[in-house]
Formats: sequence, structure tokens, C-alpha cells
Amino acid sequence: MNSIAEKVKEKFGSKTIKYLRKNAKRHYFDVDAANIVELVKILFHGMEMRFITATGIHLREGFEILYHFSNDKTGEVISLRVLINEKVNPEIDSITPLFIGAEWIEREMWEMLGINFRNHPNLKKLLLADDWPDGNYPLRQGKQ
Amino acid sequence: MTEHKKQTIIPIGPYHPLQEEPEFFKLYVEGEKVHKLDIELGYNHRGIEKISESKHFDQVAFAVERICGICSTSHPFAYVNAVEDLAGIGVNDRIKYIRSIIGEMERLHSHLLWLGLAGHFIGYNTVWMWVWKYREPLLDLFEFITGNRQHYAMFKIGGVRLDIANNDIPRIRKMCDDLIPAIDLFRGAVMDDPVIQSRAKGIGTLTKKEAIDYCAVGPIARASGIDIDIRRDNPYAAYGMVEWKVITRHSGDVFDKIVVRILEMYESIKIIKGCLKGLEKEPEGNIDLKIKNIPAGEGIGRHEAPRGEVFHYVRSDGSNRPVRHKIRAPSFMNVATNQITTTRGTVSDAAITLGAVDPCYCCTERCVVIDKKTNKKILSGKDLIRLCQEKTREISGKLNKKIE
Amino acid sequence: MNKLILKALTKSINVYHAACSPCNNCDIEILDCLTPRYDLERFGMTLVGSIRHADAMLVTGVPNMKTAKRIKLVYEQMPKPAVVIAIGSCACGGNLFRNSYNFVKPLDEIIPVNAYVTGCPPKPEAMIMGVVKLIKALKAG
Repeated sequence: MNSIAEKVKEKFGSKTIKYLRKNAKRHYFDVDAANIVELVKILFHGMEMRFITATGIHLREGFEILYHFSNDKTGEVISLRVLINEKVNPEIDSITPLFIGAEWIEREMWEMLGINFRNHPNLKKLLLADDWPDGNYPLRQGKQ
Repeated sequence: MTEHKKQTIIPIGPYHPLQEEPEFFKLYVEGEKVHKLDIELGYNHRGIEKISESKHFDQVAFAVERICGICSTSHPFAYVNAVEDLAGIGVNDRIKYIRSIIGEMERLHSHLLWLGLAGHFIGYNTVWMWVWKYREPLLDLFEFITGNRQHYAMFKIGGVRLDIANNDIPRIRKMCDDLIPAIDLFRGAVMDDPVIQSRAKGIGTLTKKEAIDYCAVGPIARASGIDIDIRRDNPYAAYGMVEWKVITRHSGDVFDKIVVRILEMYESIKIIKGCLKGLEKEPEGNIDLKIKNIPAGEGIGRHEAPRGEVFHYVRSDGSNRPVRHKIRAPSFMNVATNQITTTRGTVSDAAITLGAVDPCYCCTERCVVIDKKTNKKILSGKDLIRLCQEKTREISGKLNKKIE
Repeated sequence: MNKLILKALTKSINVYHAACSPCNNCDIEILDCLTPRYDLERFGMTLVGSIRHADAMLVTGVPNMKTAKRIKLVYEQMPKPAVVIAIGSCACGGNLFRNSYNFVKPLDEIIPVNAYVTGCPPKPEAMIMGVVKLIKALKAG
């Protein structure tokens, strides 16, 4: 059976910086933050994958976001890894205009990690209280 | 605002204790018609992702259990799947069977619980009492196997904590056999009842395209005709080793969501029986691989919880604690679909439409109607359920006349 | 306490269930008390939808940034005299969530608590016993 990851690799072409095959069902693609909307469009609309969620991680060199997609026909999980090289005010394009399912998770990352999503239609607090102090992001490391 | 002169806001909530994401719904109504739904989360946010970073790998399994009480096995299930994916651990068949049995028993208990509450929402309190009565033997069995009625604490990385003795298998099998007539009863009571049909058919419809757009999962997606089930698509534990099938329906309304859940219970029983057959052949006591170290790396674990796909992402740097632990519960995707489904009905349909996603009773029980101008409470939470129940009575009255 | 008030408070208790960011487990066990196996309604105990009808408030879960204010508000609306029972380890002491960034302070520092039923979750029998013990303590003065 032809792996879906091979097809993704083909479609992404030179936009893949690094490809990691963890095992038959888990694939990680490192991509550039500038291309994210285009690549998500390929996966969601072009290849009809289901968006699972996105994981934001605070690292020493900046912020990392993993967009997890599931191909339900083969049971594979494709994760797009994006690194934002910015320590204080990270920014990335929003994927919510492509499909509504990404709205909440982007709002969550915005309030928890302080990542700003450009073109997000409704960027406001999702989980934290309205009077939560600005600039205090619970999931950032080393700062309380 | 001028065109909606008499727009009223009905806040429903704020609790939805099902996952870490409780909800506060704001229904914008004009007369009977629902115009818009605002969902506000955060009333149940306890910061489990951050807590998880301060626990070591073995403790996290207990911590994630406390995310949700009803599906308290699905989170540890997805978590151990994630860590085993990270470390490349393959468990033996006995562990797989026991995990699947616990997972499916939980699905039975969760669907029964939901069915009872759905009955309560539309005014059939008899259904509620019946269903919860038949749920008790299941909880007894949980207590018998795991030592607790809820929060079973059965899962650990590379194994399970307690074994199911082969002598006890007939008892589990008997429970399954006893449950089938009860489910038959509910199937008859729900699927053939003209009142429930007219109350649930065509209400709160979610089309296939919308379900894809909202990335809906679980019974909500399956009721809308999307054929997904992690147990089949990406087999883990013993789901690839036993016979069962995925239930799908096509219209996406409340009735189909009920039907999917009822029929899934039969499949769960089938899975449990298949697992018991396999369990008998495996030697007892071989239930722990004794994993000591978790290497650096990342892993993804998924589990089909009663409400849909649970997703866990775990990253380790080689220490004894996860660096990042991302949890996505199914309701995080499914609850958002309420934004469209409720706007297709009236206030009296809202309770069952919101309920069909399988949130909990707290939502509807704690809602208050506020008049926008005076900001005064007019209706209490009970009144919304009462409205819903009155409509049922009205319909059943009309139907009875027709029959006469 | 006045004899009449005491009688009104301890007979046929109307219970209001306030979930305060719980995991839902204590909540389904509370509901379980009302269903056929335990059937508390035979003693006249009923779950009411409005706090203004309640004699007792059952609180589950840890108070977080959003619910802490509201639980205080709900308590203030309850007609007095009334009792508050903390159900589950979370409401009693925070459980493992006491170190969370969204945890405010223990429930008994926000509102007065009359009885604690610990357990994660407490069994329905434990809840019933908690209520019985509380009634006895009230009657003893």
C-alpha cells in the first residue's frame, strides 16, 4: 500500500525542510512558518485530511507549533512542525480562514503562549478569566 | 440590533464538566427562534497540561484521569498510547485485551448515562431512571475488576495495574448477556416511539460538510455520515484482533446521534466478548512490562473515547517528566458544532440539541434566562428543561389524537 | 438554633448542586444517589434547580478564576439558615489541582463549609453518610 506520507512529500516538494518517519503511522514534516497556510490548504482541502489539533511549545530559541492532521483512511498522523524564531512577540498566519475547526485551538494558543495569529477573525480569550493579567502566559516556561 | 427588537439572551451554563472544557452558552433568541449561539469556555479550566509537566511519567496517568469523570479511562488510554509510541514499546496480548475490555465497558457506561440524560431532557424521566438502574450492574463490575466505581486507575505505561482473573471471566460475560435485553428495551423505547421520533428527527441537523469543516469526531461525525473511528482506522490495543463494525448514519440530526450511540453499545458488547475469548487463552499475571526509563523524543497517542477521538501529544527530553503534554478532548471539536445546530431550532429544542453532543446535565440544569433590557432573571434552568418537556407532551397529545 | 428552623432545615432537605470546575465524577455520583439503587427521594431529599429553593448546597470541584466569584455569589443568594457540603477531594482541599495556575483558594476560604465528604469520587454511600452525620451534628447543636 502506498503510504500517504509519500504523497504529502511529493506535493510539498521543496517546501519540506526535514522529514522524519517515526513509524509507519506517525510522520513529522518540518516546514517554514511563511508557507503554513498554503501547506495546510493542501492537506485539508487538497488531500481531505482531518485536522486534529495544534500543539504550541515554548522552547529556548522561540516557539514551536505542531499542526496534527489525521488521514482516516490509512490511520496515519501527519504533523507539520513550524518554528517561530522570536522570543517575545511570536506571530504566525492564522489557518482559521480556511476552516472553522481551527478557531478555538488558535485562541487557546494565543492566551496560553502569547502567539499572535494574523488574520484570525475572533481572537479573544477562550479558557482564562477575562481579568487574567496581560502578558502572563501560563504555558510559557520559566516565568510565573 | 434595531431589526431584532425583542432579542433575548439566554445564558446556559456555565458548567460542562465533561472535559477540561466546560461551556457557557449564550443563546440569542427572538421569540422562540434561536438566532445565534455564543460559547464561552473556561469555567472548568484547571490547567492540567501545566500540572502534567510537574509530574513524573507514572503519575501523569493518574492526573489525566482527573480530566473527566465519565470517560476517565480514555485519557490514560490515549496517554499510554502516546508514551508507548514515544518509546517504541509493544505490549503483550493480555494487556491489550484487558485495556480494550475496560475501554469498552466505559463506553457502555457513558452511552447509558447519556441516554438517560437525553431522556430526562425531553421529558421521559422513566427512561432516565430505567437506564441508570441498568447502569448500576456495570459500575458494580467496575468495582469488582478495578476496585473503584469511577476513576479506575487501571492503566500504566507498559501494562495495566490489575489483572482480570480467568475465574472472573464468566461473571463479566454474564453481565454482558444481561445487558443485551436492557439495550433491546431502550432501542424499542427510543427508536419506535413516535413522540421521540417527532421530537428528535430533523432537529439540530449537522450536515456532512459542516462536520468536516468543524473537524467533528466520534458519534457526532458518524451520525453525519463521516465514517471515522480510531479503533478501526489506527488499531491499537485489541481492537484489531476482534470482530466488530463501525456504525454510521447519514442525516446528522439528534435522532441519528441517539441511534448511533444505541447501536454502538451492541458493538461494545461484541468487542468485550471477543476480548474475553482471547483473554482466556493468555496466561494469567503477565500484565506489566516494568518500563523504567522513557527516552527523549515525541509521541502521539489516540483513543476513540465514547465522545470521539482523544488526542495526546507527549514530548520527553529524557528526564522523568514530560516537557510538553498536549491534550485534545473530543468535545473541544464537537461542542463548537452547537454554533450551527442550535440556530436551526427553537428554544425548546435547544436543550436536546446541546445535549445530543453529550455534554452533561449541569449545563442545562444551571441555565438562567435573562431579559436583556432589565437584566433580570425570568426563567431558571429547570424551566428550559420544562419548556422542552412541555413540547414533548404537546406533541404526544397531538399524536394520540391522530391515532384515535 | 431555633427549634422550628432546625426542623425545617433537617427534614426533607432540598439540595442544590453547584459544580465548581469539577471532573464530573462527583456530579454523576450525586445524581446516582437519586436513581433507583440509592433513591434518596424516599427521604424527601430532592435536587432543585434554583438556589433560592435550597436548604443545602453540594459543591464539587476546585474553585478556579472564573467560578470562585460565582460560587460566592450563589452562596449569598441562598436563603439562610443553610448548609454547605463539600463533595470530593477537590472541593475539600484542591486535590492535585492545588498547584495549578488557575486555582484561586480552597473552597472553605471562599464560603463557610459545614461538612466535608472526601474521596475521588466519594461513593454514594459516603455522601449519604455525610449528610446523615451533618444532620445529627446540627440536631445536637
